[in-house]
Amino acid sequence: MKVPESVRDIPREELFVGGHGLCAGCVAGTIARHLVKMAGPNTIVVSSTSCVEVSTAFYPYTSWRVPWIHVAFENAAAVASGIESALKVLARKGAIDPSRRINVVVYAGDGGTFDIGLQALSGMLERGHKVTYVVYDNEAYMNTGIQRSGATPPMAWTSTTPVGSKVRGKEGRKKDIVAIALAHGIPYAATANPAYPLDMDAKFVRGLSAPGPSLVHVLMPCTTGWRFEPRIGIKLARLAVETGMWINYEVVEGRLRVTTKVPKRKPVEEYLRLQGRFSHLTPEEIREIQNTVDREVDRINALAGEIAIGPVAR
Amino acid sequence: MTLASTRVKVATANEAAAEAVKDVDVDVVAIYPITPQTTVVEKIAEFVANGDLDAELIYVESEHSAMSALIGASACGARAFTSTSSQGLIYMHEVLHIASGMRLPLVMCVAMRALSAPISIWNDHSDLMSVRDSGWVIYVASSAQEVYDTTVMAYRLAEDPEVLLPVMVAYDGFIASHTAEPFEPAGRERALELSPKRRTWSRLDPDSPITMGTITSPEYYYEFKYQQVVAMEKALEKARELERAAQRVLGRSYGLIETYKIEDADVALLVMGSYWDNARLAVDEARRRGTRAGALRLRLYRPFPLEELERALRGVSVLGVVDRAISYGARPSGPIALEIAASIGRRLDLSLVSIVAGLGQRTVTVEDLTELAVSLENARGARDAHLVTRFYGVRGL
Repeated sequence: MKVPESVRDIPREELFVGGHGLCAGCVAGTIARHLVKMAGPNTIVVSSTSCVEVSTAFYPYTSWRVPWIHVAFENAAAVASGIESALKVLARKGAIDPSRRINVVVYAGDGGTFDIGLQALSGMLERGHKVTYVVYDNEAYMNTGIQRSGATPPMAWTSTTPVGSKVRGKEGRKKDIVAIALAHGIPYAATANPAYPLDMDAKFVRGLSAPGPSLVHVLMPCTTGWRFEPRIGIKLARLAVETGMWINYEVVEGRLRVTTKVPKRKPVEEYLRLQGRFSHLTPEEIREIQNTVDREVDRINALAGEIAIGPVAR
Repeated sequence: MTLASTRVKVATANEAAAEAVKDVDVDVVAIYPITPQTTVVEKIAEFVANGDLDAELIYVESEHSAMSALIGASACGARAFTSTSSQGLIYMHEVLHIASGMRLPLVMCVAMRALSAPISIWNDHSDLMSVRDSGWVIYVASSAQEVYDTTVMAYRLAEDPEVLLPVMVAYDGFIASHTAEPFEPAGRERALELSPKRRTWSRLDPDSPITMGTITSPEYYYEFKYQQVVAMEKALEKARELERAAQRVLGRSYGLIETYKIEDADVALLVMGSYWDNARLAVDEARRRGTRAGALRLRLYRPFPLEELERALRGVSVLGVVDRAISYGARPSGPIALEIAASIGRRLDLSLVSIVAGLGQRTVTVEDLTELAVSLENARGARDAHLVTRFYGVRGL
């Protein structure tokens, strides 16, 4: 496995193929396609119950050209633990080729990771299974129709956090899944964003090459749940980084490095205004979100030991 | 002393289960503690620590993850095992259905225990009865020897390419799980002769990728489920053959049901698990008191050995079914009595008496079973006896 330096390094071979039932403009398919390209054919993919599961493995069809398994919603990390253990013992006993390295990859959504799947994820990370866990984060339960999850950002409209005269969307903060993963002392964790595919792919490779469990948290703009035009998914993903709503970084053996530097930030309003889920926000509420983002930028800069993300340029 | 007897050990049912896991060369074991199952996995960990078994142990964080991890391991072609009890079995209930639906040949021991609330760590069959419709083959063993033999046999049945269903080997918590008794392990050579390692099922293999655990439309789902019905029917047939194979290889077999003095019995008690010894003593005692009693034990519970049961019950006029679980609000309230009432109650000229006893390990002695057997005489000719369940031994009645 090689860290790609240009798009020419990305394998042409398609291991995740079309004909699936993902929404027009869905970015989850883009991320999946890149993930299995980087992992290659010697890979077993585990999915939790999610949009990707129900739309890419609809019997008798499949979009997966690598062995793929789905068991339930909350247990992808546990299933992957079993697969990784089985591969080890079967290689040791000579039932499969011991010289062959088979990647075990989880591809799961934010609900199946931040919420119902957190216990299984914690168990897998704590036990040290060599599994690369990729969470695609569309910031709500999109498979069941836009209900809030632990990954939903503050003040976002969802069908279970509707905007009314008393409630202004989701209350409380977004769970920091990378910090939770890192608390297990794992060798590699990163955030990634499909608008920066080389950076994202490099993180998949580093995760797959890590000497233990790894987690890559990927932002996944959801046209249906966020309410934007299907053609602007990648544009929104880029705006998330340009506004500091999303910071691309990685943590290798405890050291944090920002991988997409943003010397001058755009105001968060540019990101928020393109999405129906934030259309109710007042200027005061947007200022509140801006303040939260500013504080997070300061925190990450401090951890990185440099001004990797600059101030807002108006 | 014969040569065979030198192999005899003293062990609990839990230790016997672990011994069987070692002898059939299990590859992956998920470990999570729950009383009274825990010593099974402790013993397996000991075997691995001493180099007697080469297996990967997964120290899962819950029973739900235990079953999930085993599904992953089995999907890769590994021989996988776990054991549990009570709340643990109920906690993995969701995934039990998935294991059987994916047709993975897992084997699990269940040291049966009562369910909360209130918490009871003691024995009854409430946990097993709650998962009886999860598509697993279910054996209920009555001794350490039988637990060993059945666990070895379970892999052969589960991995039979015409079956491919997961198998539970259940036995009574504490009464069997913690009672040491003599047993004779077959040893690895004979265990693997009976249950050779053959990867007969579809697996996750990068050389020929398959997709497992898909979503299905109304167009296909029903056929998947029907195939499980067919597999259960096949399992019944194969379970009968398996008894003959076990007799040949291990020198022991049990039948799908066991009977005692049933041939000339007028009334009979049906039990499962470790009540079997006491039931037989009770039969002798009842006969001394002038009641022509017999006893039966269901060893295979799923698939249900209806033919064997019918054959045994010909000539019996009253059958008392001792249930150790309650189907709340059902008439009768004993799950096995309910099932027998539905399946053979009307086909045989039989009065059925539903008895619930021994919940949360309330003591049931030989005397109690004798009293129950003798009292069956009162129900002779009563067609509706089964509609009222006798909650034997409960205070305040």
